[in-house]
Amino acid sequence: MIFNALRDALGLIAAADGALFQIIWLSLKVSASATLLAALIGMPLGAWVALTTSRLRTILIVFLNACMGLPPVVIGLLIYLLLSRSGPLGALGWLFTPKAMIVAQTVLITPIIAALTRQVIEDAHAEYKDWFASLGLSVWATVRTLLVDARFSLVTALLAGFGRAVAEVGAVMIVGGNINGFTRVMTTAISLETSKGDLALALALGFILVSMVFALNAVAHAIKRYAARRYG
Amino acid sequence: MADDMATLLTLQNASVTIQGKALVEAISLRVGSGEFVCMLGANGAGKSTLLRLAHGLIAPTHGACARVPIAEQAMLFQRPALLKRSAEENVRFSLAARDVPYAEQVARTDEALAACGLSALATRYARSLSGGEQQRLALACAWALRPRVLFADEPTASLDLNAVHAVEAVLRALHAQGTTIVMTTHSLAQAKRLAQRIVFLHQGRVTDDASAALFFAGERSPSASHFFEGERL
Repeated sequence: MIFNALRDALGLIAAADGALFQIIWLSLKVSASATLLAALIGMPLGAWVALTTSRLRTILIVFLNACMGLPPVVIGLLIYLLLSRSGPLGALGWLFTPKAMIVAQTVLITPIIAALTRQVIEDAHAEYKDWFASLGLSVWATVRTLLVDARFSLVTALLAGFGRAVAEVGAVMIVGGNINGFTRVMTTAISLETSKGDLALALALGFILVSMVFALNAVAHAIKRYAARRYG
Repeated sequence: MADDMATLLTLQNASVTIQGKALVEAISLRVGSGEFVCMLGANGAGKSTLLRLAHGLIAPTHGACARVPIAEQAMLFQRPALLKRSAEENVRFSLAARDVPYAEQVARTDEALAACGLSALATRYARSLSGGEQQRLALACAWALRPRVLFADEPTASLDLNAVHAVEAVLRALHAQGTTIVMTTHSLAQAKRLAQRIVFLHQGRVTDDASAALFFAGERSPSASHFFEGERL
C-alpha cells in the first residue's frame, strides 16, 4: 500500500496536478503574507526590545520567548472567537477565509521573528553602541541602521518564521475551515487526506512541504555565506 | 594648559565608581583648544574610563564634567566599529548621523578619505580592509565631522609599526588643522612622538599633568618614573 501511494504521489507531482498546485499556491500566498506582516511588526519590535533601557525589557523578553511556544490551536481558538459572527471583529467577515488564516499565522510567528531579531540586533548593537552614542544617534536611527546592517542575519529569522507558518496546521484548520478550493492549504490537506485514507495526495504534499523546508534552509545558509564573504 | 586657550573640557573632582570600585577618582583637569594631550598609564589605570567620561559616554558618579556639545566632538575607539558597507558609505553614515546635508556629505567624505590616504579604497567594503586601514577609515569618519576635539582610545594598540605610523601621521595632520586631541596610550614612545602635554594616571588618579617636554626631561611622580623605567607598578 505504501509503495502504491508513493508511486501515485510522484505521479501527481510529475503530472503537475491542478488541485495539488492550487493547494500549494494558497499555502505559499497565506504564509508569505503572514511572514511579511509578522516582519513588519516583529522586526521593529524585536529591535526596540534589544535596545530599550526600559524596566519592562526583561518582562518583554520573557513574554516574547513564552509566546514562541504558544500552542497553535489556542491561537486558532482565540482568533476564531475574535472573528466569529458574535465576536468583536465578526463584522469583518473574515472567518473561514484566507484572511483569517493570515491573521492566525501572523500572530503565531510574530513572536518568533521578534525574538530572533532581538538576539541579532542585541549582538550587533554590542559592537556599535559606543560609536553610535558618540555620534549622538537616536534610538530609531539606531534601530534602522542595525536592521539594515544585520539584514543577512535577519533573513534567517524571516525564513524561520515562514517555515513555522507554512508547516502549521492547528490554527489554520480552526479559522480557515479547510474548505476545498478556498482555504485548503498543504498541512490541512495532508491531515484530511490521511484521515480519508487517500495517502497519495497526502504524500505528494508532504514531499513538497519537506522539500520547501530544506530549500529554505539551504537558501538561508547560502545568503549568510555570501554576506560573510562579501561584507565581512 | 595655557590660560589664554579656550577651554573645551573641564573635569572638577570627577569620579566614576562602579559596584563600589572607583575606576577614576577625584580627577580635575582642563583641556584647552589646540592641545594634543596623551593620557599615559599602565593597563587598568583608568585611562579609557577617563576618556569615556570626558567624551560623555559615561557620567561621573561624583564631581562635575563640562565639555563642548557632542556635535563638536568625535571619538576613535581601540577596535574600530565599522558598518558592513563600503568605506565611503561609512564616512557618509557618520555625517548623516550628525544631520549634514547630502551634497556636503559627498564633498566632506572625499576630503576625509583623501586626508587619511584612503581615496583608492573608497568603494571597498570596510570589513575587507586591513586593521590599519580600518583604523584610518575610523579616523576619516571622525575627520569628516570636523570636530573641535577628538578623543582617541589607544587607536594603535593592535596595529603593526607601519600602520601605527600611518595612523599617527593622520592624527598629526588633524591636529595641525586645529583639532584638539586627547588620546590614551600606554606607549611612551608614541606619547613622546605626538603629545604636547602628558597626563599620567595611576590607580585611577592623576599623578602627573605636565608638558611633554618636562615629563620626558624627568619631572615625574614616582609612579610615572616606575612606569617610565618599565617597572611593574
